[in-house]
Amino acid sequence: MGDIARLVAKRLGLGLLTLLVVSVLIFFAVELLPGDIAQAVLGQGATEENVAALRERMGLNKPAPVRYFEWLGGAVTGDFGVSLISGEKVTTAITGRFVNTLFLATYAAVIAVPLAIILGVIVALLRNTIFDRVANVMTLTSISSPEFFLGYILILFLAVKNPYFPALASLSEGMSFGEILHRTFLPALTLVLVVTAHMMRMTRAAIINLLASPYIEMARLKGTPPWKVIVKHALPNAWAPIINVVALNIAYLITGVVLVEVVFVYPGIGQLLVDAVSKRDFPIVQACCLIFAATFILLNLAADVGAILTNPRLRHPK
Amino acid sequence: MKKPSDPQLLDRLSEAARQGRISRRSFLHYASAAGLTMTGATGLWTKQAAAQPQRGGTFRWGLHDGNTADTHDPGTYLSRQQIYVAHTHRSYLTMINGDGSLGPDLATSWSASADASEWTFEITPDASFHSGKKLTANDVVASLNHHRGDGSTSAAKALLSDVTDIKADGDYTVVVSLTGGNADFPWLMTDYHMAICPANADGTIDWQSGDGSGPYKIDSQEWGVRCNLSRHDGWHGEGAYFDKVEILVLNDPNARQTALVTGDVDSVSLIELKTMGLLQRNPNIVIQNIPSAGAITMPMHCNKAPFDNVDVRNALKLAMDRDEIIEKIAFGAATKGNDFHHSPAQPYWPDDIPQREYDPDQARSLLKKAGAEGLTVSLSTADSVYAGAVDMCVLYKEQAAKAGININVVREPNDGYYSDVWLKKPFTLVSWGARPTPDVMYTLAYKADAAWNESFWQNERFNEVLLQAKAELNDTLRAEMYREMAMLARDDGGTLIPFFNNFVYAHSAKVGVPDQLAASWECDGARAASRWWFTS
Amino acid sequence: MSTFVIGYYALLIAASCLAAYFNKRTVFMLIFSLTLVSFVLGIVGGVWALQMVTGFSAALALAAGTSYAFREFLIIIASKNLAKELRTAPLTAAFGMFVIFTYAIAGIFAPAIAPYGEAEIVSSAFAPPDENLLLGADQLGRDMFSRIIFGARNTVGLALLATILAFLMGAAAGLLAATRGGILDQFLGRTADVIMSVPSLIFALLMLSIFGTNLLVIVVVVAVIYSPRVFRLTRAVAGNVVVMDYIEAAKLRGEGNWYLIRREILPNSTAPLIAEFGLEFCFVFLLIAGLSFLGLGIQPPTADWGSMVRENATLISFGDMTPLIPAAAIALLTVAVNFVVDWMLFRSSGLKEQ
Repeated sequence: MGDIARLVAKRLGLGLLTLLVVSVLIFFAVELLPGDIAQAVLGQGATEENVAALRERMGLNKPAPVRYFEWLGGAVTGDFGVSLISGEKVTTAITGRFVNTLFLATYAAVIAVPLAIILGVIVALLRNTIFDRVANVMTLTSISSPEFFLGYILILFLAVKNPYFPALASLSEGMSFGEILHRTFLPALTLVLVVTAHMMRMTRAAIINLLASPYIEMARLKGTPPWKVIVKHALPNAWAPIINVVALNIAYLITGVVLVEVVFVYPGIGQLLVDAVSKRDFPIVQACCLIFAATFILLNLAADVGAILTNPRLRHPK
Repeated sequence: MKKPSDPQLLDRLSEAARQGRISRRSFLHYASAAGLTMTGATGLWTKQAAAQPQRGGTFRWGLHDGNTADTHDPGTYLSRQQIYVAHTHRSYLTMINGDGSLGPDLATSWSASADASEWTFEITPDASFHSGKKLTANDVVASLNHHRGDGSTSAAKALLSDVTDIKADGDYTVVVSLTGGNADFPWLMTDYHMAICPANADGTIDWQSGDGSGPYKIDSQEWGVRCNLSRHDGWHGEGAYFDKVEILVLNDPNARQTALVTGDVDSVSLIELKTMGLLQRNPNIVIQNIPSAGAITMPMHCNKAPFDNVDVRNALKLAMDRDEIIEKIAFGAATKGNDFHHSPAQPYWPDDIPQREYDPDQARSLLKKAGAEGLTVSLSTADSVYAGAVDMCVLYKEQAAKAGININVVREPNDGYYSDVWLKKPFTLVSWGARPTPDVMYTLAYKADAAWNESFWQNERFNEVLLQAKAELNDTLRAEMYREMAMLARDDGGTLIPFFNNFVYAHSAKVGVPDQLAASWECDGARAASRWWFTS
Repeated sequence: MSTFVIGYYALLIAASCLAAYFNKRTVFMLIFSLTLVSFVLGIVGGVWALQMVTGFSAALALAAGTSYAFREFLIIIASKNLAKELRTAPLTAAFGMFVIFTYAIAGIFAPAIAPYGEAEIVSSAFAPPDENLLLGADQLGRDMFSRIIFGARNTVGLALLATILAFLMGAAAGLLAATRGGILDQFLGRTADVIMSVPSLIFALLMLSIFGTNLLVIVVVVAVIYSPRVFRLTRAVAGNVVVMDYIEAAKLRGEGNWYLIRREILPNSTAPLIAEFGLEFCFVFLLIAGLSFLGLGIQPPTADWGSMVRENATLISFGDMTPLIPAAAIALLTVAVNFVVDWMLFRSSGLKEQ
């Protein structure tokens, strides 16, 4: 296990490096965007005069590298600065939103991951039967519609025509946990539909890929029942790609749900990020991107560690 | 102006009044100009029986344009969220009434010096901030000064550029001095930036706390998500029938529509025009379709070829079939434009200017005259300009093709459209909010030296008349001047105006509204919270 | 009881008898369970439900028939080796190929097939379908059918190009990283992390705002966004292969990297990669649709299925089917591609049972 601890430590170190690169990239990407924060804040009402004054007030007249290092200096000491527009502390602006995003992602993942893996195993077992085809067509149709459109359809059938669930997932204080689950069910369901197919198909593909291996052949020849062959023999070796795709999709649930947030009016971090980009509010953009990046790095690390733990050959490299 | 007793004009006016296309004030104005007595005109103006407002309830209000990065700074008010919250928790000196006239808010009365270069506002002594502090002339001076001076970051700076001095005279009088006469100055005080905030000791304002003197005070707020307000008992005005107001930002059109249909909100500030007809069938929903002074414009840079040739400009104006555009893009919810930026919803609208119609043959011959046959131009647009903006340009492209004009529609990113495309690309599509008077509009975007002279149009006569009209206190003379300016803009100007868009918003049938709704913003001039009520 | 209902049950029962007589077990089970289900449906939903079942079965039968005919057609025109492969294709795969073939024809010969031009306004807004306008008109009065046809060319072409580019970049980097290991592996891995850790919509928004929105930029940006996913997958799969004994053996034999990749690793990692291709293709599709959502996609009036869905999406709340047509076009293609992918996956897995 010492190897794994070392690997984790090494990867965390590399993760920090990645974060640094991301922060540089984001900073300069925001710098390169046409228009700047002063123009974005003033919109159609921007004149040279008031844009200049606003730039002055926000400290935008310093050269870009200087501003970046000032920000970085704060960030390494845990101070992510204040929003250039509202002057609010970035950490306070983001925390609540991020908790909401995490909640929705967990909600969707708790449903989607077991569902996808179980379905994947079942369709691998029943490959090329009607059940396989139907499950395929359904999941593929669900991911091939744009997610906002899926959301609209769910709203139509489950909120407007049959009012089982609220159409707006807006949260307010003092809601019970059950109430929150009920209110956020539709966005969670949309996300489940979006991510399940990918994970399910990957599980199916990884298992089928192994079915021709000699050891599976062997197990089959021994007379092991098909489900046992898959669950006991194929699945353990298929974990690496499955874990990978699960990690990818969980990361997507956290970082890629802007459109679902918009459709269901859910106050998550995606909307905050898009708004901040459109206003060029650099500290917020930077903090959101770093949170996303960190999420990604940790999930990937988890996936890699998982892959190593499930593959003895990788666990004991020669 | 038409001469007295023109029966055609009267018919047209009555028709317009029935459809709610012109305000009561304009109606009376033109009806009397057309030779009717005041009482006769008032009788023509059909009125619904006034409903009795009731107090109580929580008004849930879905807005279509809100950003998480919005703030309380009046100088950077931009999104609908900011503007609506401002009209709910802050007050202004003056406001636009339901009938389109100018009414008092904080200022109980106002008067001008003979040349209209000095204005005196009397402030009500009843007003107080939500913090409990009395509102005095000092707060007004500081709030207006927020938009002036070298360090000002306000987007309304241009609006107050001819103000030389603002002084408090005692606790409840404010005197504003201008470089020249401006008969419309009290109208400027209705601009959404001119919200009154509490003054700090150093003459700046405290906008950060979100304190205001409006009908409702903010209990809790998350920009871009929601804002909860409750009635401010010390409010100086009439109305504020709801106990609480809950503003929700619903940027997605489907979310707004669903929330209204399922009863999650009582009113939404915008509905998608293409679903308007379908939504109308719902008996629980009332759709308001209010002609506004907001316009879609297409400025052509008059200082750049080929737009430096007036024949080319007019050919492009003739090559647009406005009726088809209004039918397909605005779904009928618009007033046809005539290439001068003066809407029937504004005072002094000249109603006798011939409408420019679609005439591809005439356009073709103008192009021939200009030696610009087979003209190819690029038209820049973005989805965010107007719902259907890109479609509209594509439609125009097809129409202009019949006049032998080839238009390349370029969809620009929504982001930074107004900083990188508008005023930079020679032919663009622009959306203008409603301005209270023609003078404000012309001064902002048509005056030769205006920062936003979007077509870079230089017309000496136009600028001369603009200045005269500004200081003219005689209404009849002023109307004549605006007519001349309209003709100049229409036939020489560089701005093609397809239409003035209506405000199309909706509320639940259990919400009571006054019989006249202000046309300065959606939802009764953004003042729905203080002007509407629940009927049951 | 109408003649329709009598005919309906008579046909079903006769068919099941026939199937039983000829010992076709699956067919019999299928038809007989359909008969039983029909009893329940007929009682609950009446004639209407039975008509739906009939319609649905007819559509299915038509699809199966078309697929069968198409497969036979392919077998006849294909070379001998290819024909042998094609014979193993299940009907679903044949159906997938048929759809792809149709789309390809539609895309390539769009100007000849479409009755009207892509941007031509031929009627009033939202005109209902008639013999001239097969699918009605859109919000500007353009022919929906023509736009769908042109959309096949624009949307599919763009998505295909971007997906292929993403696969070339991602797979090459992944294989290289797996075989070479060490610094290069780390470097590529970290680069992929950096790209992936920025959410794709935001990344695209930033890049397209900076570099403009011409088609080349869209293709490259989308490919860059998706290549790390391919990279990671390739790296993971190839990583499992690289530790196999036969690779060790090949290395000891002194084979070069290129040989290892081409002869040992690639053949053993294709299956998950192919499965991924089908899905990535949908994702690329959707990302491009999402980009038009932000005003950064394909320039108007070019027809593009993604934007066509978006433009009329709210109409769905009123039961208007307009936005479903392009959405169905996207879904059909995705399903078709993945049917074919399933078949290839099955073949490359080396499984011979069926």
